[in-house]
Amino acid sequence: MSSVNPGALPETDGKSTPRRNEWPLWEVFIRGQHGLNHRHVGSLHAPDAEAAIHHARDVYTRRNEGVSIWVAESRHIAATAPGDKGPLFEPSESKVYRHPTFYDIPDDVGHM
Amino acid sequence: MYAQMVKSTGKGIKPREEMSAQERAFQDRVDADERIEPRDWMPDGYRQNLIRQIGQHAHSEIVGQLPEGNWITRAPTLQRKMILLAKVQDEAGHGLYLYAAAETLGVSRDDLTEDLLSGRMKYSSIFNYPTLTWADIGAVGWLVDGAAIMNQVPLQRTSYGPYARAMVRICKEESFHQRQGYDIMMKMAQGTEAQHRMAQDALNRFWYPSLMMFGPSDTESVHSAQSMAWKIKIDTNDGLRQKFVDQTVPQAEYLGLTVPDENLKWNEKRGHYDFSQPDWDEFFDVLRGNGPCNTDRLGARRNAWEDGAWVREGLLAHARKKAARKTAAE
Amino acid sequence: MAGNDKDALLNFLLRMGDSALILGHRVSEWCGHSPVLEEDIALANTALDLIGQTQLWLEYAAEIQGEGNSADDLAFLRDAWDFRNFLLAELPNGDFGRTMMRQFLFDAWASILLPRLAQSSDPRVAEIAAKAAKEAAYHLERSADTVVGLGDGTAESHDRMQAALDYLYPYVGEMFLSDEGDAALAAAGVAPDPASLRNEYDALLKRVMNEATLELPDTRFTHSGGRDGRMHTEHLGHLLCSMQWLQRAYPGSTW
Repeated sequence: MSSVNPGALPETDGKSTPRRNEWPLWEVFIRGQHGLNHRHVGSLHAPDAEAAIHHARDVYTRRNEGVSIWVAESRHIAATAPGDKGPLFEPSESKVYRHPTFYDIPDDVGHM
Repeated sequence: MYAQMVKSTGKGIKPREEMSAQERAFQDRVDADERIEPRDWMPDGYRQNLIRQIGQHAHSEIVGQLPEGNWITRAPTLQRKMILLAKVQDEAGHGLYLYAAAETLGVSRDDLTEDLLSGRMKYSSIFNYPTLTWADIGAVGWLVDGAAIMNQVPLQRTSYGPYARAMVRICKEESFHQRQGYDIMMKMAQGTEAQHRMAQDALNRFWYPSLMMFGPSDTESVHSAQSMAWKIKIDTNDGLRQKFVDQTVPQAEYLGLTVPDENLKWNEKRGHYDFSQPDWDEFFDVLRGNGPCNTDRLGARRNAWEDGAWVREGLLAHARKKAARKTAAE
Repeated sequence: MAGNDKDALLNFLLRMGDSALILGHRVSEWCGHSPVLEEDIALANTALDLIGQTQLWLEYAAEIQGEGNSADDLAFLRDAWDFRNFLLAELPNGDFGRTMMRQFLFDAWASILLPRLAQSSDPRVAEIAAKAAKEAAYHLERSADTVVGLGDGTAESHDRMQAALDYLYPYVGEMFLSDEGDAALAAAGVAPDPASLRNEYDALLKRVMNEATLELPDTRFTHSGGRDGRMHTEHLGHLLCSMQWLQRAYPGSTW
């Protein structure tokens, strides 16, 4: 996974402007029934934020998937660049001491 | 619904020794089943092929609303009306997810729409066949969605991340589509004599067009080979078609319906059914625009697009005014 | 239940069920033809909610009627004069603007009536209304926003919305007509007198139309004949032709 936002558009040179009358693209994040974090579920087009929320409700919660919706215009989402993958994410691979399984606790101690 | 006959832009598989270092690294990632994401480097051919395939897949969903939508106002019970409406609505949703996946490759939905309306891009040939009786709604769910699911399930593992994720969502939602179709077929096949006749007639008309959905034999195709190397195509057309026939024939037998193929026979040695190929001349004719409903289908989409322009513009104009008023107030 | 009270309740249930059915049917005609995918999906949701409500209202109506009918029998086997829907619901869709204006005019009424019905002395009515009220509240939010957006959009969208309002407004008053049956239901605490809802409705309309920069026609004239089946528009017969065709052509079949 090299992009924070899987739906983000590829980086443009700034020259290509959106079509004059195409509704902007929005990214939709939904928090499900079980209290987990909002999760990116997809994108849609809408003229403004209110409409984007309505559409997100109609498009992405048809099967009772959510209890809360966030929308953000796609162009406002900042993302890591693929080239940063090594420096950003590989250093954490060596920090095994952050994971509970790194530590051996005798069975006699009981659940910990 | 899905993409069919996507002509790749490449000229067959590029041999590894002709690849640049970047291309080799890309192919290694695909081979290792890593997902390619929108901002990753990718060969131009890969990007172009994906845009065509995902775009065609999306168009198929949208045009695919029409043959079934044709019966929403005539569904025979309140329950059937709701089921069909929910199903056709799902197709719109699936089109939307797929357009969004294509948009991550740098094309706009409006551009793709215009490519559909101008005929530059295609959609699956199956939707150019008419739905004439209520049994056709059963046959579409059972056969057409059945064939589509068969093609779409493996695409959940396709190499392009946004496409694969869209397919996961679509497959999950489509799980009821085929079942509701078969449910209609059971009611019809086991119903009155007139209903049974409608069911058999629907199977007669939709059998071969459903077989065509997998596309012509790919033994000769260089396009298929490249797409498979890139993992934007997972199985061969012939393999999927055989799987579909093997799965569907017993289902037809259960319904007490006859598959319209005199050569259909279980082949003990192969462990598969032998069956007749559809009329591929008809298939190419339909792709060229000469199917029974091509003109009506594109006409309906064109009307929706053109008649809706003032709505899209009106709501956007209002959003801009509102934003301007908000800025002025700050 | 006394004969008159039963008739009043049956009429009321048919009015609720038939209006939801006919409007839901109209909205479903958009499926696959809307101006933009997101609207296509949203309209289908509205239609699904309305047809779902239909099932509940007509099921109860069939029980009260007591002739062994199902909700489907009532929907698919009655002729035009037996339908009790408001004329507003059966008017053709016209353009997207007219469809959304019609939806707003209906949603505004439903969103005022249903929360009151949720307090009905008749527990079945209360139960159905409580479910439908939530759906109506969302429908209203969406249809009002769309009316405002298109009214205050481009010059063309504004003109189309004004034309839609001018065309539809003479059908609004029917939703607030009362007769003896309504008075009896009101007295029994089953449903509020329709006329009593008008002030709140007018205030809501005024607020939304003001924001939409649209002008409410200066007339109290209203077409009527749907709620009592006295005189529907010619459009209803054509709608029923499609809707009821299979059930009529192949009677007694299971679908």
